Amino acid sequence: MRLRTEGAQKVTGHARYIDDFSLPDMLYASTIRSPVSRGILIDIIFKEGINWDEFTIVTAKDIPGKNHIAMIENDWPFLVEKNINHYGEAVGLIAHPDKNMLARAHQFIEVKVEALPGIYQIEESLGCKQLLWKDDNIFKSYLIDKGNIDDVWSKADFIIEGEYSTEAQEHMYIETNGMVAVADKQNGVTVWGSLQCPYYVHGALVPLFGLPQEKVRIIQAETGGGFGGKEDFPSLLAGHTALLAWKSGRPVKMIYSRTEDMQNSTKRHPSRSRHVWALSKEGKILAMDIEFILNGGAYYTLSSVVLSRGAIHAAGPYAIDNVRVDAKAVATNHFPFGAFRGFGAPQSIFATERHMDYVAKVIGMDPIELRLKNFIKKGSQTSTGQVISERVDFKDLISSAQKSIGLEKKQKQFERDNQTSHIKRGFGLAAFFHGAGFTGSGEVYLASVAKARATADGKIHILASSVEMGQGKNTIFTGLAAQALGLRDDDIVIKTPDTKYVPDSGPTVASRTSMIVGKLVETACLGIRDTLIAQGYIKKKYQRAEFIRALKKFVSKNGPFECIGQYQQPQNVHWDDQKYQGAAYATYGWAVYMAQVAVNSLTYETTVEDFVAVQEVGKVLHPLLAEGQIEGGVVQAIGYALYEKVIYEQGRMINNQMTNYIIPTSADVPNIKVIFKEWNKKYGPGGAKGIGELPMDGPAPAILNAISDAIGVDINHIPLMPEDLFLKMESTNGN
Amino acid sequence: METNQVNISLNVNGKKIQITTYGMKRLLDVLREDIGLTGTKEGCGEGECGACSIFMDGQLVNSCLIPVFQAEGKKIETIENLEGKTELHKIQKSFLQHGGAQCGICTPGMILATKELLAKKSGKLTAKEIEEGLGGNLCRCTGYLKIFESVKQAEGK
Repeated sequence: MRLRTEGAQKVTGHARYIDDFSLPDMLYASTIRSPVSRGILIDIIFKEGINWDEFTIVTAKDIPGKNHIAMIENDWPFLVEKNINHYGEAVGLIAHPDKNMLARAHQFIEVKVEALPGIYQIEESLGCKQLLWKDDNIFKSYLIDKGNIDDVWSKADFIIEGEYSTEAQEHMYIETNGMVAVADKQNGVTVWGSLQCPYYVHGALVPLFGLPQEKVRIIQAETGGGFGGKEDFPSLLAGHTALLAWKSGRPVKMIYSRTEDMQNSTKRHPSRSRHVWALSKEGKILAMDIEFILNGGAYYTLSSVVLSRGAIHAAGPYAIDNVRVDAKAVATNHFPFGAFRGFGAPQSIFATERHMDYVAKVIGMDPIELRLKNFIKKGSQTSTGQVISERVDFKDLISSAQKSIGLEKKQKQFERDNQTSHIKRGFGLAAFFHGAGFTGSGEVYLASVAKARATADGKIHILASSVEMGQGKNTIFTGLAAQALGLRDDDIVIKTPDTKYVPDSGPTVASRTSMIVGKLVETACLGIRDTLIAQGYIKKKYQRAEFIRALKKFVSKNGPFECIGQYQQPQNVHWDDQKYQGAAYATYGWAVYMAQVAVNSLTYETTVEDFVAVQEVGKVLHPLLAEGQIEGGVVQAIGYALYEKVIYEQGRMINNQMTNYIIPTSADVPNIKVIFKEWNKKYGPGGAKGIGELPMDGPAPAILNAISDAIGVDINHIPLMPEDLFLKMESTNGN
Repeated sequence: METNQVNISLNVNGKKIQITTYGMKRLLDVLREDIGLTGTKEGCGEGECGACSIFMDGQLVNSCLIPVFQAEGKKIETIENLEGKTELHKIQKSFLQHGGAQCGICTPGMILATKELLAKKSGKLTAKEIEEGLGGNLCRCTGYLKIFESVKQAEGK
């Protein structure tokens, strides 16, 4: 199998991450932060005891252009001018040549504020206890309205409701956020950093400095994990670092410590869902009435887009005639919540798949049987009225999962053992889908471009703004290019994402890199081949050596040349932004995940003992990388379900250390069997669909359903810590 | 806050090195900033994640927890000491071939933890020994399973 393109650099420690960069005369930088979650900034006092002349100090007054991060709404300032909206909000920046002195200086800075009462919970925001955003605190709302749910209630045999909630999750990339910047008025601004979206950062820094596009240059350094945490946030940090470089005239490096990173960067949106379902006694779901609300935090960020994906996935992979999804993202005084693998879908799917098991229990039906009566299949319509035109066979996915985990045999044994043992075992399942690529018209607006360039030494350079962050972009693009052209891997050079040279192929998000940008890479490469054929340099069938000879000859005569691939909307994919109807995604990944858990009824600990992930993702381009994505996602989602709890005190994360925010270790992971089905190969290069986010969606509901199976207690909230289970079981027993 | 610098002699990857720095400076920072060995990574700064793992007199330690004065005269080995002149160490090869590295930031520490595990084992490693042996090294990308496979394959070589 093709080795990871940059793998040798990584296993030897030679790969250069941002903290491995150093420039002559470089300053180190840090942030002056608000001590309150809401208030008015009065003053920043630089006290005696430090020679402040040695420091570069930046406040909002020093900003040459616009003091806001250009995103969807331009509400998030780089530096506070007056209003403070979350704890730790940046009010100033300092830089010094000596890190030691930098740390010392913070003891001599006082941030004077007038504190105001903050709001932190969804309910407080909806109730407008304080007004933070326009006249209702609602950043964005969507309504999906299919059929007519109001006609159904009187005909239903069952009406069953439930409420579900999920908390914040920290990305915990092992490399913290960091940037290095150089800047001057003549040459403009250059920033190197750990980031997922070079053109997002570029788009934010152009207005910040009021510079022409070509005077701002963003270069990705090797990136030590992202998971969405380096999607929107790096624009802020790049701006801060560049502002200090601009003022000092020297290179500046800003690397967050772990505690600073955890307390002062985006996290997964907390959510609350309310489901009311109408069913016939045969188990047909007649209607779903769903309320889905996200806590957006202090600024708008990408909350509307996260909300949109969450809302579209809220009805699950079920063909229901009457669906209403009332979705809202609301403002609070938390650090802004942002992108995180899954992007709203893990939150809404948790609620739907937990409710499915609960409903099955109430009506006395097997949860799998209930699902089988309602699944989407080819020809069904989703909640947005999209007709699914590909093979979808959930029965097959479920039977693969059951067989692989050994359900039949183990189930009987567990039923026996559970009666006497304090360890209670059970199984749970989640069925779900995940839309690949940007939601709705997103890909059309992005109109992404990738380039292939033929060079004088007979190599093909691939230019795209998609980044490598561990997911395997370099390896996938190398393979696609080599295969398209009949070349070897070492004939292909993947160029570093650098906005000076690479076109805008969109952000590295939304499980879109292989499927969308990979296809553009393939198209661009075929353009090179077709040019050589059309000009008579090679025949339609050629050997590698002939191709390279022809390429060199062509380039020596005509100079290096490039071909581009640009996104074309697939036919029959139409989305109506106004009505919120139509094809929300060109295609979906389809999945059934099954968990086996053991609940210790003495310690209330839950262990995931066995796990099966079955998914249909089109063509699997690189099985080893694809398995790595699924396994990593499943483990991150086990953390989401059982271990990872962000503890807030008045909007401030207080367990901002690896010591007390627990992610899964090597001793916590179950056996995970990954099974791929390759049914539909219509989209993407070779028929590959996106896979990166899919594994984040299913594990939490599967695990909580398994806990319900093991101990008969229904938990509707994650993370489920042992103490939460203790309280729940005590109160259940008490009743 | 320390203001006085001291002279310290170190033995790093077989080379004797003389530096002038703060005695309480973390060995991690001395390796990365003063000596330029950036293969050792910082993940948490509190001994939880193992990204800064190195060998000190043959013991695997978190270099973020060691003030440099404690390393005086000790034998320090980092990830840069592992690969041969012409080819990768068998553990590095195994991580490369079996998907043990994704983003790569935990990889140097994980590989040195594997080296310790293989050096100190008695008999064939059990799954539990591998899980526990790597318990001090956090990875957020792989879910660990491909790392376990990399360790097993390296053991077989």
